[in-house]
Amino acid sequence: MEIWQEIIVAAFLVIAGIFGIVGSYGLIKLPDPMTRLHAPTKATTLGVGGALIASMLYFVFTTGFFSFHELMITLFLFITAPITAHFIAKANLHTNVDRSQVSPTGSERPWAGFESDAAREIAESRGAPDK
Amino acid sequence: MMSRILPHPLLTLLLVVVWQMLVNYISLGTLVFGLILGIIIPLVTAPYWPDRARLKSPAMIVEFLLVVLWDIVVANLVVARTILFTRNKDMRPTWITVPLDLKTPEAITVLAGTITMTPGTVSSDISADGRSLLVHCLDAPDPDAVRNDIKQRYERRLKEIFE
Repeated sequence: MEIWQEIIVAAFLVIAGIFGIVGSYGLIKLPDPMTRLHAPTKATTLGVGGALIASMLYFVFTTGFFSFHELMITLFLFITAPITAHFIAKANLHTNVDRSQVSPTGSERPWAGFESDAAREIAESRGAPDK
Repeated sequence: MMSRILPHPLLTLLLVVVWQMLVNYISLGTLVFGLILGIIIPLVTAPYWPDRARLKSPAMIVEFLLVVLWDIVVANLVVARTILFTRNKDMRPTWITVPLDLKTPEAITVLAGTITMTPGTVSSDISADGRSLLVHCLDAPDPDAVRNDIKQRYERRLKEIFE
């Protein structure tokens, strides 16, 4: 590899490292579970993203071939990370969050996680659209 | 007949492309095996996909991806600043309600995922009637601005793509 190629790859690795460490520091520093949830979304986007771009460039520079595996990792991360975050947020809404603090839905039915099964059956039997 | 074998042509195409990318080179063998996967997987998972997702304007996807990638970079910097330099007691975490114009489940899923992947906002729940989305913001002194951003930048484009 030429020296400028090494510098570019190293720069992306450093960027990835910085955002990874900021995300991890956020996990310690932020005060409650909902705000702490924001830290890993940072680490998975620019943190992992930077490392993947560095890896992609490295293989282009050394072998001359474009490697698609990094794109696949990005794709799978972008599919799975929001779902995991959604699970954690929902579990947290159920157990820790003061429901009067959560902003209202703006319609007569509550948030899906707050509605009891009985209330949902009544609402759906009245023919309210569920989509 | 065609829709019996290929209930989701777009999913088949995606699976073939993903398989090529996973093996990292193209030959007749990988193409055929990708096609076999692309036909079997949609057939087996068909009960979970009752409706076929429709794409109105696929060209818009490119614009949407670029906007989202740019926003992810910008939001990363903003959230890094918030984590490093804002004291916990000065932070204003808020819940906001985003009323949805989108109707199709696929579009709402993509919107919710996009909101979570842009740092600073996490989509947490959907209302029971599916007409609004509950979003948690890490630090939002102006919740209305965040809501307008989501509606203007993401939802408007998704509406063009899916509906």
